[in-house]
Amino acid sequence: MKSFRGKTLSWTTTGGTVELILHREPCNEIGSATLTELEIFAAALDTLQKDAHSVIISSTRAEGFCAGADLRELYHRSRPLPPDERLREVRDFLERIHRVMNALDAAPFTTIAAVHGVVFGGGFELALVCDLIVADKMARFCFPELRLGLIPGFGGIPRLRRDLGNAVVRDLLLTGRSINAAKAQSLGLVSQVAGEGDALRVARATAAQVNKFDRATAVAAKKFLKPVPDDELRREIELFCELFSQPAVEAGLRKFVESTDALPYLP
Amino acid sequence: MSTLDQTTEEILNLAAAHFKVPREQLSPGDDFFKKLGINSLQALDLLTRLEQHFRIELPDYELQGVSDFRTLAERIQSRL
Repeated sequence: MKSFRGKTLSWTTTGGTVELILHREPCNEIGSATLTELEIFAAALDTLQKDAHSVIISSTRAEGFCAGADLRELYHRSRPLPPDERLREVRDFLERIHRVMNALDAAPFTTIAAVHGVVFGGGFELALVCDLIVADKMARFCFPELRLGLIPGFGGIPRLRRDLGNAVVRDLLLTGRSINAAKAQSLGLVSQVAGEGDALRVARATAAQVNKFDRATAVAAKKFLKPVPDDELRREIELFCELFSQPAVEAGLRKFVESTDALPYLP
Repeated sequence: MSTLDQTTEEILNLAAAHFKVPREQLSPGDDFFKKLGINSLQALDLLTRLEQHFRIELPDYELQGVSDFRTLAERIQSRL
């Protein structure tokens, strides 16, 4: 499928680059609808690689790239269920999102996340599966999950550990604080900081550059440089499921859902 | 180094310009959420602009319970 227009995302292929655009209101929260359409994208990668060398993921939402998991959907869907079924549903969701994230992580393209505004939780995890992150100078990165009694569940910890020193990973996870694009670049997380509103243009220029190189060589180099941390990812799913059963999580989610603020878990 | 008054003034000027609120309508003791009409997302945007302007890093948890410009200025001043 060379192009697709969905409810939460769309893609097109131009000049050897697939542009995957997230556009779900309010800020691309990843719930069942987005997951289903990401699965369609992941399944299309084999076809797309015939005409493309690179993938850019970006967002049209003014608020930012992605605010993370759809916590409201998670709360409302899981609350009426008995505990065993609730956990089964969560595990099923995690297994599916991990399959998508792993497919993107290992995709035979050079992948670029062009991010702006909020890059939180699952949104941060989506950016981390990409080979390069180009950040608008106003972007902010955060793993707020501990505020809800959880850990990142979409593969964030293993991927963050793959990219950064453990002290930095501890800082981000254990404080749950957000960092700006300049800080993220100084840590080595972001490869380029773009002017406000300019991340997509910079990502396109980067894609045009990487598209010049021999595809088989680039794919082999990427596989060598960027192994997918399978064992750690499995352990993350197990730990997330263990934590999800705790009362603190329901309390955290309820508080989130009852608030009318855009990011109720901040600061 | 700037004094606290200077820092407060710079914050008020920056906030007024970015959120398009007349500067004369803002005072140090004002609740910036209400006066600027912003939510937590826009507050994060303001935080980023302040970090860039003052060339500091300010963990967002230091803003726990902070809602007026003067106290925000104190937090920033402590990092200068």
